[in-house]
Amino acid sequence: MKIMLLLILLSLMLAAGFLLVYLWAAKNGQFDDDYTPAVRILFEEQQAEITPNPSKEEA
Amino acid sequence: MSRIEQFQYDNKIVRAFGMASFIWSLVGMLVGLILAFDLIFPQLNLSESGIPYFTFGRLRPLHTNAVIFAFVGNGIFMGIYYSLQRLLKTRMFSDKLSWIHFWSWQVVILLAAYTLPMGFTTSSEYAELPWPVDLLITLVWVVFGINMFGTIIKRRESHIYVAIWFYIATWVTVAVLHIVRSFELPYSLFGSYTLFSGVQDALVQWWYGHNAVAFFLTTPYLGIMYYFMPKAANRPVYSYKLSIIHFWALIFIYIWAGPHHLLYSSLPDWVQSLGTVFSIMLIAPSWGGMLNGLLTLRGAWDRVRQDPVLKFMVVAVSAYGMATFEGPMLSVKSINAISHFTDWTIAHVHVGALGWNGFLTFGVLYWLWPRMYRTSLYSVKMANIHFWLGSLGIAFYAIPMYWAGWTQAMMWKEFTPEGTLVWGNFLDTVTQLIPLYAIRALGGTLFFVGTVVGVYNLFKTAAQGNFLANEAAEAPAREIGPATFTKGEYWHRWIEGRPMQMLLWSTLLISVGGIVQIIPMAFMESQVPKIASVKPYTPLELTGRDLYIREGCVGCHSQQVRPFRSETERYGEYSKSGEYIYDRPFLWGSKRTGPDLWREGGNKRTDSWHYNHMLDPTSTSPGSIMPSYAALLETDLDLSELPAKIGALRTLGTPYPEGFENEAIANAQAQAREVAKRLAEQDIKDQGIENKEIVALIAYLQRLGTDIKVEAAAKK
Repeated sequence: MKIMLLLILLSLMLAAGFLLVYLWAAKNGQFDDDYTPAVRILFEEQQAEITPNPSKEEA
Repeated sequence: MSRIEQFQYDNKIVRAFGMASFIWSLVGMLVGLILAFDLIFPQLNLSESGIPYFTFGRLRPLHTNAVIFAFVGNGIFMGIYYSLQRLLKTRMFSDKLSWIHFWSWQVVILLAAYTLPMGFTTSSEYAELPWPVDLLITLVWVVFGINMFGTIIKRRESHIYVAIWFYIATWVTVAVLHIVRSFELPYSLFGSYTLFSGVQDALVQWWYGHNAVAFFLTTPYLGIMYYFMPKAANRPVYSYKLSIIHFWALIFIYIWAGPHHLLYSSLPDWVQSLGTVFSIMLIAPSWGGMLNGLLTLRGAWDRVRQDPVLKFMVVAVSAYGMATFEGPMLSVKSINAISHFTDWTIAHVHVGALGWNGFLTFGVLYWLWPRMYRTSLYSVKMANIHFWLGSLGIAFYAIPMYWAGWTQAMMWKEFTPEGTLVWGNFLDTVTQLIPLYAIRALGGTLFFVGTVVGVYNLFKTAAQGNFLANEAAEAPAREIGPATFTKGEYWHRWIEGRPMQMLLWSTLLISVGGIVQIIPMAFMESQVPKIASVKPYTPLELTGRDLYIREGCVGCHSQQVRPFRSETERYGEYSKSGEYIYDRPFLWGSKRTGPDLWREGGNKRTDSWHYNHMLDPTSTSPGSIMPSYAALLETDLDLSELPAKIGALRTLGTPYPEGFENEAIANAQAQAREVAKRLAEQDIKDQGIENKEIVALIAYLQRLGTDIKVEAAAKK
């Protein structure tokens, strides 16, 4: 079952890739704030409405 | 303080993917409905009159592909293209790439709609499309990746919201899965053989198949849930911390669970156990997501009563919870011994597809359409009708299928006190289920009608609204490294965007490592026969096997006798891994609507029985719901591809002697004449039958699983 070797290797590489990304993200401070991102996504609509709408690019 | 930048979100691409999603949903579900009715009224296969294109076997992959890649696939892109722009406060990286992505994905779908009914299939579930289409899919995925990562790089919001993590994981993993599953050697425009054979192919297949469910039907939809559900409820997600934790846990565990599709098969036991362990662990991160979704609605349940969007989403997330509880349970070997190959699996996947993917897509569509068209939903009442038709549809689909699964398993395994099978005739276990199949068809019809109502509602909403193609927005520029962003600095910025660099690097590493590993391995292992008496297929048998693949027989017939007494009693000796080394692709199947065929060979039934059975299955098996394959008796046997096929297989390691491709056609013709002669002895005296496809199929069926008998006979 050498194929297992391949699949385990691939899966480990994938996991290692994700781990690197995770480490980067943690170091970058992506997870420092675990409250406001959830709230901030809700505000965006209001902002768009305040902006006058220049929808001239309607093609 | 950086300056405020003004920009516009691209809604047109979102609308395009959304429309594609719901239009394809009608097609995918309609094909599913036809299949449901095929099982009750086999005449609907239309094959009795010699039309081969619409049989259950050929349409089943069309149904699964249309639902997964056309309906859900376009749904994913709709959700990602809408939310990514807003979460990152920027327009998509490139409008041109967006549209190339959109149109090439629709071309993939159209090619699937052509190739599958035509019988061009690799027969690997959810990867049935022929190799040129695989190449196109790869291209689409690269375009999508550049567009998505480009957008992430030029973002104005430095925090990467959890939904985007899900999108990233989706892209990376699907890329790897698709590439590995598509390793195949073409022998013609649409024909190819997989690089892997037998047990290895089975493992690669379910490593792919399981993770296609994980990373195509689950992770992108969780991302969509994390954006659209808080938006629709106007509440932050219950626990942002939990969303981060369960994301990382989910992606680390998911990739290992594939072997649970092969429990009790010829796969080594330790691999099966590995799959089981990881599958059971999966319940934690899965339910983390489900609970997080549901609890987001805490204190807003009064709105769930009124708002169809939230209703759809609540049922979707509940269905996700049910399916991800059931999944780990089905991965327990003793439960799998009951559920596998039965309709239980069909119930399980449809709770996921109709409930989780279907309802979440509808919820998002009902939320998006009024927003993008700057109007209100055309009819809330109609949306409620859709909701109830859909919910009832799921119930009327799933419950009879669970019932059918249990019934089937119990009948397969029931012994008399004397120790013989109570239901020795497999057909009895089929006809017993037909009333349940009828209720399922009713459930499917309800769901389909609901979808039609929904699509009508969306069209009317669009008609009364005024579409906002470019939505104005503004946000402060993001300050990183070089604070200003000018065109010339693009590549500089690219390198600054370190997560991307890493992703690219790891993907590259994965692919290169994979290629280097696979090629020598695929060669080495297939050249070592594990059972001396197991020989490659003869050219005629090989042709018959490819017909078996073309007709999608694998959709209803397994080729894997599990080591249970109930199966060895019914079918014969259980399957050994060494028997499958020349099987490219493997054809173990995942569902037994008909009996297993692995021990069908060796004149268990006469050639004339097979002939009559293909012409009219009910003539040999009264009450059979198998479609007629009358066309096989009429269609001329095409042997022209044989030399190329033999050559390709030898390249992959099948020990055909050098130069055998030159004799292959003559060899096949000689064997065809032998089959024709035997048929004539059994009173089938059609003129020129040796030149028809049926003889190849009979030759293949008579060969199935007989090689180890040769060895047993030799020992005696």
